Amino acid sequence: MAWFIRSKTPKEKLKVKKINIPEGLWLKCDSCKEIIYKTELDRNFRVCPKCSFHHRMNAYERIILLTDDESFVEKDTGIYPEDPLRFRDVKRYKERLKTYTKKTGIKDAVVCGEGTLNGRNVQICAMEFGFMGGSMGSVVGEKITRAIERAVNKKNPFITVSCSGGARMQEGILSLMQMAKTSVALAQLSEAKVPYISVLADPVTGGVTASFAMLGDVIIAEPGALVGFAGPRVIEQTIKQKLPEGFQRAEFLLEHGMIDMVVHRKELKNIIDKLLTLLR
Amino acid sequence: MAGQYLDFEEPIIELEKKIAELKSLSKNNGVDFSGEIRRLHRKANRLKDSLLSRLTRWQRTQLARHPSRPYAMDYISMMTEDFMELHGDRHFGDCHSIVGGIARLEEWSVFIIGHQKGRDLKEKMYRNFGMPQPEGYRKALRLMKFAEKFGKPIITLLDTPGAYPGIGAEERGQAEAIARNLIEMANISVPIIVVVIGEGGSGGALALGVGNRVLMLEHSVYSVISPEGCAAILWEDCKKVEEAAEALCLTSDDLFKLGVIDEIIKEPLGGAHRNPAATAGILRRVLRRHLQELTSIPPKDLVEQRREKFRNMGAFKER
Repeated sequence: MAWFIRSKTPKEKLKVKKINIPEGLWLKCDSCKEIIYKTELDRNFRVCPKCSFHHRMNAYERIILLTDDESFVEKDTGIYPEDPLRFRDVKRYKERLKTYTKKTGIKDAVVCGEGTLNGRNVQICAMEFGFMGGSMGSVVGEKITRAIERAVNKKNPFITVSCSGGARMQEGILSLMQMAKTSVALAQLSEAKVPYISVLADPVTGGVTASFAMLGDVIIAEPGALVGFAGPRVIEQTIKQKLPEGFQRAEFLLEHGMIDMVVHRKELKNIIDKLLTLLR
Repeated sequence: MAGQYLDFEEPIIELEKKIAELKSLSKNNGVDFSGEIRRLHRKANRLKDSLLSRLTRWQRTQLARHPSRPYAMDYISMMTEDFMELHGDRHFGDCHSIVGGIARLEEWSVFIIGHQKGRDLKEKMYRNFGMPQPEGYRKALRLMKFAEKFGKPIITLLDTPGAYPGIGAEERGQAEAIARNLIEMANISVPIIVVVIGEGGSGGALALGVGNRVLMLEHSVYSVISPEGCAAILWEDCKKVEEAAEALCLTSDDLFKLGVIDEIIKEPLGGAHRNPAATAGILRRVLRRHLQELTSIPPKDLVEQRREKFRNMGAFKER
């Protein structure tokens, strides 16, 4: 039966054969693996036109998505991290900071400022997952707190787009305290009766979920976003079981009453606008 | 509680054994060893003092998790009278990793809420190793609002490896429960005194930790992540716990220097587990002092002071 085996080989080869794509022009969808034209993906808010998978956006893309053209003014750009613990694991924290600043062009994992959303003034904070996994240290905590304080003073609706692995280990207990700091600031926002819309983008876990991200008056998640307190790996290790399909995804959270809605990225701005109009 | 000790405590245990032997010898044989015993006692005290002051941060972490270290219920029974435990979050269930209730502490009726670990295997499982479910945090919040309604001060005792990472906990909103406590504790108009008595494990501890005063027992720790978790993530090697503990700066001295806590509560020689009653006595006196100060502050100022305190936390530069 030697002929039978031979005939199978070329087929297998065909399967693993790499398709040569010029860098940057064509992309492979992270979910359905279809080849997408990059311009088409960008025009579609980085949502796969074939399977609707929401690819990650950087902080500025987030802000462009939610604010009117050229309305955004970035605030608190002068704040940058220091290394209070002189933290060192396999690499120095200072070194890591430099690497990520170079990579992302920003000083820490959040971009904050004010702009208009369909003509209405808003305070907006978007987290940058590309900067140390969007982790929250003193700078992220301070910038978000200041944005909340501006929202209180100017009576501007407050919007966050969270995308973070949680509190930043390299600033130790000070990172943990940022959870309290941002939540305490939100208590003031609530007293001032200023609306807070929290948008959850894949992924949000740990200290960010367990503080401001879950405290929105309205909580909106993107389709398929992973949202949880503990990461799936930690849970699997703890309970020594495989997790069910779809566990901790946006749709799962909606089903369990933890969020208000799951919204496609192209609808996001209009949905927030509608909510804010109704709340006015 | 005796019988369990950590390897670095061994010299102390040896000496204490010797002292006990000599004591029984002199009792049975009528020989006077009192001079020798006194000498050994002094040596043991010196040893306790020097041993504990030379510990690494990882050893301090082990001490904070010492199997004989007093837990919340031990302090409650030693410090207060008429403790009435209250149960349930009124939504789903009663979490046994968090205990709470009303008690009399000196001249005050206070609400005491704390994480509770278990002593033997059966109790450990009953207490879920001190790792609360969302119901625990919701029970705590219910009790805090109850305290506020009747103008009673709140004392929280922190001692947990962290909030429980399980399927049910996620389904019922572990993150939301913690976040809710953080924002609600910013609004409570009665004094809140937070004491880290053992292991202050990340968000699971902080969820009871937004107070007007945050105190730590000398040999407790408080950290954003456990040294084990940190080693696994940053070093990708579970064995690097010593390095991780060192880097995390999680001891009471570290936190005092970082401005996160208000006061370190000195423990008796050798640590709280060597003399729980004395530790409870010290803690009661410290709590009395803070209660005296805080109960004279108007409710509005209490809220203001607590918010201001956490507003200022963090270290960054600006230009």
